[in-house]
Amino acid sequence: MNQLDLEPFLLSFKLASVVTIILFIIAIPVSWWLSRTTCRCKPFVEAVVSLPIVLPPSVLGFYILYALSYNSPIGAFFEETFGIKLVFNFTGLVIASCFYSFPFMVQPLQGGFESLNKNMLEASYIAGKSKLKTLWHVALPNIKPALLTALIITFAHTVGEFGVVLMVGGSIPNETKVASVAIYEMVEIMDYKMAHIYSAIMLGISFTVLFSVYLFNQRHAKRIGV
Amino acid sequence: MININIHKTLQGARGEMNLDINLSIKEHEFVTLSGKSGSGKTTLLRVLAGLEDAKGEIKVANKIWLDKKNSLAVQKRDIGFVFQDYALFPNMSVEENLLYVNKDKTLAKQLLELTQLTAMAKRLPNKLSGGQKQRVSLCRAFMARPKLLLMDEPLSALDVDMRLKLQHDILALHKKFGTTTIMVSHDPSEIYKLSNRVVILENGKITQDGTPKNILLKTQGSQKFSLIGELLEIIQADIIFIAVVAIGQQIVEVVLDEKEASNFHTGDKVQVSTKAFAPMLSLAH
Repeated sequence: MNQLDLEPFLLSFKLASVVTIILFIIAIPVSWWLSRTTCRCKPFVEAVVSLPIVLPPSVLGFYILYALSYNSPIGAFFEETFGIKLVFNFTGLVIASCFYSFPFMVQPLQGGFESLNKNMLEASYIAGKSKLKTLWHVALPNIKPALLTALIITFAHTVGEFGVVLMVGGSIPNETKVASVAIYEMVEIMDYKMAHIYSAIMLGISFTVLFSVYLFNQRHAKRIGV
Repeated sequence: MININIHKTLQGARGEMNLDINLSIKEHEFVTLSGKSGSGKTTLLRVLAGLEDAKGEIKVANKIWLDKKNSLAVQKRDIGFVFQDYALFPNMSVEENLLYVNKDKTLAKQLLELTQLTAMAKRLPNKLSGGQKQRVSLCRAFMARPKLLLMDEPLSALDVDMRLKLQHDILALHKKFGTTTIMVSHDPSEIYKLSNRVVILENGKITQDGTPKNILLKTQGSQKFSLIGELLEIIQADIIFIAVVAIGQQIVEVVLDEKEASNFHTGDKVQVSTKAFAPMLSLAH
């Protein structure tokens, strides 16, 4: 029997943390723009952003793998110019996961921004504050539940991904072998005991995370009287 | 002096409408915009604030806010705006709502004292009543020491007692700060008490412009009083008829003869007036 190796979990959480931070920075302007725009291209942008929700992870993984590999101009450019390989390593996982988890960050934020009182935002403009200041001091503090939901769901979703990670990262120990991939391998070699332990840990963590989010949202709603 | 000459095409509930406004307002004047809903009052306020664009010119004290080439950004117009739904920042306390506009703590303290909100300074907006929220919103609007104060039906969501208190506060602040104020309102007593000029809008055009007394007082000729109401019902009682009319919050009865009764229908807008003793009923225009 194998020793309980926590490395795949650490790798999963490292990946999820990095992806969550990157997506938070990218998703705020995108979701703010989507919530305010009257542009005719909005449905197109929304559809592109939401694609990873409906696309099979293997399809997404395949395209990303192709795009990042040496066979594509992007992959070739990075390898020749910066000497960075983008597939079958941690960097590749981060890029792939950013695509995969993007809608889970954008959608709650967009919903939060859309629910804000338009007059309240205008009151901030009238007070002489720029759009950026309004976003920072008025919009973001008033969508705390949506903000938390976006962060936690993105994190949890990245921890839970499997197909894309397997396609782009393979299963290299300490580099791309995240918890979900490790469980898959244990089942393949019929190490059911370890698969049980790993799966139980994943289940426990996932439930605790979601439970905390919904508990916070309920308390927040009571506090600000929604 | 504020010179407004604007044009805008609106998509209203009843199709396309042209907003055409040519208006000059003197400094320190208190102007009320009134008229049916959909007549363009709110749009006019929003265009003045810079929240919506329009064609034409707006000049405020020799400063151009809008002309053919430029439109001054909403952030740079130095206005105060009071929304009907208060539009306070829920994440900030009363005091923080004020200081967000301008860091002048002395002014914030003074405004809160004037409106008797000092005790509420540290509270979040959701712990306030509607009247208190609107007073905070009023104070917030004055934090910028605005040259122009715009108010969109500021008191219509409040009960009568609260309205009276707020009317007093509005007038006091308007005088103290020497602002020019433009308010949208439908309440005749409020208009009469607060404003020195009433502008009536209809389908995007100004149809009446004058003092509240000239515009709001409905009596003509020898009429002693004249009230507009809605005819609710005509009841026959032996040979006479009794018209039940709703005037504001009150229901009154007026006696009619058969011939008169046949001229009216339930739901008619009617005018109740008297010359000597007996009130008379006639169709209102």
